Amino acid sequence: MDSTEIVIDLVHVKKSFGSAEILKDINLQLEKGETVVTLGKSGTGKSVTLKCIVGLIQPDSGTVMVLGKNVFELTYEALQYIRKKIGFVFQSGALYDSMSVRQNIEFPLERNSNLSKADITKRVEEVLKDVGLSSSIDKMPSELSGGMRKRLGVARTIALKPEIMLWDEPTTGLDPATAREISNLIVDMQKKYNVSSIVVTHDMECTKIVADRIVVLQDGEYKHSGTFDELKNSSDEFVRSFFE
Amino acid sequence: MLEYLPKSVIRMFIEIWGLTNFAGRYFKEVFKPPYELRETWRQFFQVGNKSLGLVGITGFIIGFVLALQAIPTLEPFGATSLIPQMISLSIILEIGPVISGLMCAGKIGSGIGAELGSMKVTEQIDAMEVSACNPFKFLVVTRVTATLLMIPLLIIYADAIALFGGYIALNLVSDVSLGLFFSQVFDALNLGDIVVPFVKTFFFGFTIGLVGSYKGYNADRGTESVGVAANTSVVISSLMVIIWDMIAVQVSTIIF
Repeated sequence: MDSTEIVIDLVHVKKSFGSAEILKDINLQLEKGETVVTLGKSGTGKSVTLKCIVGLIQPDSGTVMVLGKNVFELTYEALQYIRKKIGFVFQSGALYDSMSVRQNIEFPLERNSNLSKADITKRVEEVLKDVGLSSSIDKMPSELSGGMRKRLGVARTIALKPEIMLWDEPTTGLDPATAREISNLIVDMQKKYNVSSIVVTHDMECTKIVADRIVVLQDGEYKHSGTFDELKNSSDEFVRSFFE
Repeated sequence: MLEYLPKSVIRMFIEIWGLTNFAGRYFKEVFKPPYELRETWRQFFQVGNKSLGLVGITGFIIGFVLALQAIPTLEPFGATSLIPQMISLSIILEIGPVISGLMCAGKIGSGIGAELGSMKVTEQIDAMEVSACNPFKFLVVTRVTATLLMIPLLIIYADAIALFGGYIALNLVSDVSLGLFFSQVFDALNLGDIVVPFVKTFFFGFTIGLVGSYKGYNADRGTESVGVAANTSVVISSLMVIIWDMIAVQVSTIIF
C-alpha cells in the first residue's frame, strides 16, 4: 500500500480528562475511499478520537496525521486548510439555530469556496435534494424533525465536498427507516465522491450497511479489527456482544 | 508559593489571564481580513437599536429624579438657577455613563454570554471551527466591535435624554426655556468634562462585549453553564464598569 493513500494515521494517541484515562493507546489508519466503523461502549472515547482528528481536542501524547500533516504541529491557518477537507457530522446536528436551512449550508460555503452567489445557491439546492430536504429550504432548524435535522447536518457537511467524513453517531435517535436512509447516504457518498469515512455508531444495521472494516474500542485501545462477518463470529465475548 | 494562595484567588488570576489572552486574540483578529461586515452590522442593530428603549427610559428617570430632588435642596438658598449646571455635571461626568454602563452590562453582557454559551453547549461553535469558519471572528470580533462602538453612542443618547428629563422636572416648578436650560448645561462643562467620560465609555463597551463573549465562548458543557455564563458576564462586566470609572476619575484629576 502506497503511504500517500493513508488519509488518517493515529499513532499511540493518549488522552486523559482529570484522573480518567480515556484514550490509552490509540492506533488507527484510514485508507483513501475506506469506511471504518468504530464500535465501543458509551463514554469510552470514540467521539474524543474524532475530535482529536479535527484538532478540537489536543491529545496528551501521540501523533494525529491527517492527509500527511501532523494536526497539532500546524499553524491555525494551516489547520483550517486541512479542516476544509474534512466533514464532521455531529451527533446533535450542531445546526446554527439562528440561521435558516439555506443559510446553514451557505455559511461554510461562503467562507470556504470561491463559488459565486449563483453557484452557491445551486450547490445548496443540490445537496438539499440529495438528502431530501428541498421543500424545507427556508425553514428554521427549530421547525425540523429529528431526522430532518440530522439530514441537514449531513447536507451542510457534504456541500463542501470533503475528502474525509467523520460521522458521530449518525443514526442515533432516528426511526429505522430514516436510519437506513442515512446509512445508504454514507455509502452513496463513498461511491460518488470516493470519500474516506470514520463512523462512530452503536447501530449494527448501519454498521452492516456502511462498514468496510470495523474496529472495536476496548479499555482505551482499538483491540479488535475485522469485517462485519469476521467480528460477528469472533471468539471474543466482548466483540460478539455488539452483534447480539 | 501558589499552594499557599486560596483557590478563589488562583481562579481569579486564571480568569484574568484568560480574559487578557482573549482580548489579545481580539486585537489580532479584528484587523485581519476577511471582515464579517454583515454580521457586524447585525450586531450593531442587536446591541444598539434593541437597547434604545431601556437606556432611554433609564436616562429620562435619572435626569427627572435628580432635578426633582435638587429643587427642594437648592430652593431655600435661592440657587435653583444652578440646577441645570448641577444636573449637567452630575449626568455627563458620572451618573449617565455609569448607570447606562451598568444597564448595558445587564442587558447586552448577559445576552451575549447566554447566546454564545448555548452555542457552545449545542456544539455550534465546534461545528464552525471544524468547518474552517473561524468562530472567533464571526462570533466574538463582531460582538465586541459592536459593543465597543455602540455603547458609547447609547450612553450619549442616555445622557441627552437624562438632561431632557431634568428639563421637564425643572419646568414642573418653574418656567425655564429649553434654549436657556441647555445653554446653562453646556456653560458648566469644560473640555475635560466631556472628553474623559466619553473616552471611558469605550472601555465600558469593550469590557462588556469582551467579558460576555469570553464567558459564553468558554462555557462548560451542560445547560447549567449557559446560566452561569450569563450570570458571571453581568457580575464581572458590572464590576469592571465601576473599576474603569474609578480609574477614569483618577486619570482626569491628573490630566485636567
